Amino acid sequence: MKEDTLRKLKVLAEAAKYDVSCSSSGTVRRGVKGGVGNTVGGIGVCHSFAEDGRCISLLKVMLTNYCIYDCAYCVNRRSNDIPRATLSVSELVDLTMEFYKRNYIEGLFLSSGVVRNPDYTMERLVRVAKDLRTAHRFNGYIHLKSIPGASRELVNEAGLYADRMSVNIEIPNEASLKLLAPEKDHASVYRPMGYIQQGALESREERRKHRHAPRFVPAGQSTQMIVGATGETDRDILTLSSALYGRPTMRRVYYSGYVPVNTSDPRLPALKQPPLVRENRLYQADWLMRFYQFRVEEIVDEAHPDLDLEVDPKLAWALRHPEQFPVDVNRADYEMILRVPGIGVKSARLIVCARRFGRLTSYDLKKMGCVMKRAQYFITCGELEAKGVNELHPEGVRSLILQPKRRKKGGELQLALPFREEPV
Amino acid sequence: MNVSAEEEWVFAYDRTWDGMLTAVFDAFVRRQFPVAFIGEGEVPPLFVRTHRVVTDEEKAGRVLRALRRKLSAGAVTGLATSLYSELPELDLHLFRFVCKALRAERSIETNFADADVLFVTDTYRKVLRERLRMMQFVRFQKTADGTYFSMIEPDFDVLPLVVPHFSDRFGEERWLIFDRRRRYGYYHADHRAVRVTFDEGAELFRLPDGRLGGAMRDADEADYQKLWRTYFKAICIKERLNPRKHRKDMPVRYWKYLTEKQEDMPAACPPSEK
Repeated sequence: MKEDTLRKLKVLAEAAKYDVSCSSSGTVRRGVKGGVGNTVGGIGVCHSFAEDGRCISLLKVMLTNYCIYDCAYCVNRRSNDIPRATLSVSELVDLTMEFYKRNYIEGLFLSSGVVRNPDYTMERLVRVAKDLRTAHRFNGYIHLKSIPGASRELVNEAGLYADRMSVNIEIPNEASLKLLAPEKDHASVYRPMGYIQQGALESREERRKHRHAPRFVPAGQSTQMIVGATGETDRDILTLSSALYGRPTMRRVYYSGYVPVNTSDPRLPALKQPPLVRENRLYQADWLMRFYQFRVEEIVDEAHPDLDLEVDPKLAWALRHPEQFPVDVNRADYEMILRVPGIGVKSARLIVCARRFGRLTSYDLKKMGCVMKRAQYFITCGELEAKGVNELHPEGVRSLILQPKRRKKGGELQLALPFREEPV
Repeated sequence: MNVSAEEEWVFAYDRTWDGMLTAVFDAFVRRQFPVAFIGEGEVPPLFVRTHRVVTDEEKAGRVLRALRRKLSAGAVTGLATSLYSELPELDLHLFRFVCKALRAERSIETNFADADVLFVTDTYRKVLRERLRMMQFVRFQKTADGTYFSMIEPDFDVLPLVVPHFSDRFGEERWLIFDRRRRYGYYHADHRAVRVTFDEGAELFRLPDGRLGGAMRDADEADYQKLWRTYFKAICIKERLNPRKHRKDMPVRYWKYLTEKQEDMPAACPPSEK
């Protein structure tokens, strides 16, 4: 039986790995008597890190990778000839409990291919969550995927067991989605999102009246967009993210650089490498919107619909707006200090706390963790002599920052004279 | 204050929080401010005089009460926690931090331009990071009698700091987490965790990489380890390999006790009696 489980786990983990979300954050729940597990609030806990550098926090598997749909971007589409498997509810519950007790994982992230119809699939997902919570008193983290097109009743039931739910948008533009996944539309994605949001808001209202009213998806919802499979600009993607973050329960939007899983499909671009740099820049822009008080129009606009791949979006913004600099770190608002390239949330907080005790020098800033290589052109702190962005011009600063690090080894600096045999 | 140049003092103390507070008390009473700290039993440097701090709860309590009036509760906890780092260079910074805080009109805890404040705060943060790493990287193995066992070797002495987390998480289980380098562990049973030590000859010290041998582990243990290793390999996207980030997030020095980084167990063992 174990050999069989081993094979299924391998197939279904490989089927689920292209889903990026893995966070276990957002819920604080202490252990309970007779139960197993708790959830650590705030940042969550990553238990391991795969060799691709992504964290492993939850047991991320699919219940089955059989699917009735044929979405071009998906490795599990029905026209692909890949090994298929289905885990039984009890097998999966057992795996989750045993892994959890060995501290391998924070909980379960369960998704599924669509078999028969969305409701049938969703019902099985809910059964796993219910079994874990009620029969096994599992108190760890559960992230459930809501199957597009599932009915409201099932989503509502799932929300009672799950910490977080998610529905993937995948393709930000509906026309492109229609092209790649003819059986899907945006409405089938936004509808369950609406159910989740409404359930969460209702429960929040309930809990205000009765302290013990059940919690509904306490860690909110997340979604994911594939980057680089279709022609959307970063502006399209980020504008959509920004709108999603405006919704009450949306906590995270993930960006997944398209990994060419279905190479033969003519509707998809032929990529040698997944667009990793672009994906990284999108996450940086996402962070700017969530933690640095940037508006989406400041990061991308009509003149710059795509993010600069060479420099991060914050530096790109600063180079486009030299008139905002230099910023005096001893006087400027926290909001403005946050906008200085090379100063992050942590160092900005340290700066506003520390400057009440005395003037800060560039030495202090460096000690506090500011990246002076970038920050030096955008700040004044009394004694700093370096020339700023206005004297050197944005282009000059850009090339200075992009300069590769000088190696200190002597041999590298020596002029190399290529010897060549003279033709006789 | 009025310490003459030729009379430099070194304080020897037991590297506990109470010991540090007592040292502060002694310094103010004797008007001698040390140029260095050493642990108990360590050899003092040449040409200095040594004062042995005898940890005294009453003296420590008086300093602590004074300190609480000058700093926030969180900052006081931070100071005490930073000592878990066991860093020898911390002592003097911590001592000076406490003295400055006591002398200051208002709290100095956010004056990060001050070298002592920054060093102690950074050390505190490092201790918390190591604590988080233990929450991440502890791997339990189920033993034949149903106890979950884990061996660790953290950079700092953070085991006491993670015990409340595991007691909350696995309140119904029996488990043992053992710090091999510092030679003690915590055993949890019946909702209570106690500190335990073992004799030199204990089998525990002879486990290669902390892995339980055939008769000691639960019959299914090897299977679940194999399942976890399989999952760990399957979840990686080959097109995105990033070994640098992999090693940065999960430094190699932790791999020894990580199930997913170990080899499969030698062929199935005979089922052990329950």
